[in-house]
Amino acid sequence: MAAAARTIPAPPTNVEVQPFFDAAAAGRLVVKRCLACGESHHYPRTMCPHCGSDRTEWKDASGRGTIYSYSVLRRATPPYAIAYVTLEEGPTMMTNLVDCDFDALRIGQAVRVVFTPTDGGPPVPTFTPA
Amino acid sequence: MSLRGKAYVAGVFEHPTRKADDKSLAQLHAESAAGALADAGLTKNDVDGYFCAGDAPGLGGLSMADYMGLKLRHVDTTETGGSSYVIHVAHAAQAIAMGKCDVALITLAGRPRAEGMATGTAPRNYGVTTPDVPFEFPYGPTVVNQYAMAAMRHMHEFGTTGAQLAWIKVAASHHAQHNERALLREVVTVDDVVNSPVIADPLHRLDCCVITDGGGAIVVVKPEIAKRLKRPPVKVLGAGEAVKHQRGGKIDLTYTGAVWSGPAAFAEAGVTPADVKYVSIYDSFTITVLVTLEDLGFCAKGQGGKFVSDGALISGVGRLPFNTDGGGLCNNHPGNRGGLTKVVEAVRQLRGEAHPRVQVKNCDVTLAHGTGGSLATRHGSATLIMGRD
Ligand SMILES: [Zn+2]
Repeated sequence: MAAAARTIPAPPTNVEVQPFFDAAAAGRLVVKRCLACGESHHYPRTMCPHCGSDRTEWKDASGRGTIYSYSVLRRATPPYAIAYVTLEEGPTMMTNLVDCDFDALRIGQAVRVVFTPTDGGPPVPTFTPA
Repeated sequence: MSLRGKAYVAGVFEHPTRKADDKSLAQLHAESAAGALADAGLTKNDVDGYFCAGDAPGLGGLSMADYMGLKLRHVDTTETGGSSYVIHVAHAAQAIAMGKCDVALITLAGRPRAEGMATGTAPRNYGVTTPDVPFEFPYGPTVVNQYAMAAMRHMHEFGTTGAQLAWIKVAASHHAQHNERALLREVVTVDDVVNSPVIADPLHRLDCCVITDGGGAIVVVKPEIAKRLKRPPVKVLGAGEAVKHQRGGKIDLTYTGAVWSGPAAFAEAGVTPADVKYVSIYDSFTITVLVTLEDLGFCAKGQGGKFVSDGALISGVGRLPFNTDGGGLCNNHPGNRGGLTKVVEAVRQLRGEAHPRVQVKNCDVTLAHGTGGSLATRHGSATLIMGRD
């Protein structure tokens, strides 16, 4: 069954990425998309890491994705699952898998975003089996 | 211009300590430097180029030059994690080839045990200005669970097994039994590895390297100086370096920057993987070795599990002897940075000074490879090929 949840530390935000966490606080997952080359990227930057253009915009993501890889840190108390989830929009992002049976996780599994509170900061996007 | 033959490794030293409660960090650097210079038959007054990385105290090159009393005309503090020192050998050879220095000193030291540092299983926060930190640190990335995700993906795509990974540790332990300074000298079996506690799925405790205090140093010199020294000359044949990152979210955990640094080094050296008699492969974890061997071209992508199995990496037994000092998995991983000791053992092999039970016969070409950072997502890769004169 679901393990006791790990307390997630607050993300140290900065002016460049604050909109990402403002959106998270409103329950929205956003990704940066480049108007010059059309590619999305994560983590978000002002300048597109694919083509270098500064014509980037925040776009709402569907919140759906699949597990690219994961690992349960059994040595931690409590254990927790770190993962890379590939979003429908393209980019793969680091996250945690929450509210799930760690032993039933598998690569390729469909997941959806859920926002998890942090210790004194904005919530962060985590994922749970869809 | 090729580096081939432009510089020689004249001195190497691996600090004997594995727990340095009684020594300062600067002292470990300086003792390592003295050891390598003595090995070469040189003194600190011969040094005119100095190389160190993020493990050096204070302002790195400035602080250590001040501490050791070096008179320098070239300094380089390239920081690519544990791979830094392999890159430093190449950068030293480049500087020597350009006439910027004649005797280059490279040092490494660390004391994570003495300082009680939580190394592998505690999330590291590199500071609030680090751009990835807001998007990674909250999720608890540690050294081990990041490498574990690469292992998990490799298993998924290629059918690699925990038992295959275990063979890498088994081979290292066979070598470490002959190294009286190795932290872990007990020979282990595949069963021992796969039955050791899981740290982060799918990696077990025995898939992980040791944590040690210590250090090491390397002296690189111009050919004219190498010729008048008494030690067997070890020639730099070729080198390559690369940085692999997340490509804006196009993450692929199945390969490393060795796919770029390896071919660059082989081309410069004018040799192929088939010519290499011994390899020092960065072994922070068993998976690091497996992926690196694939990426360097010793086997096809996805075939690493099969390639390392059944003792293939054991000296005198298998097709490709690796890490004959016991490597980071059994011997030493000073300051959580294993690149320097990789070069040291490759030099010992070329000189015929490895332990007799693990010395490779007719060892005329060796390869040392460093991987520093988080595997496949943000790391430095450095490949160095060396040979006898
Ligand atoms: Zn773009």
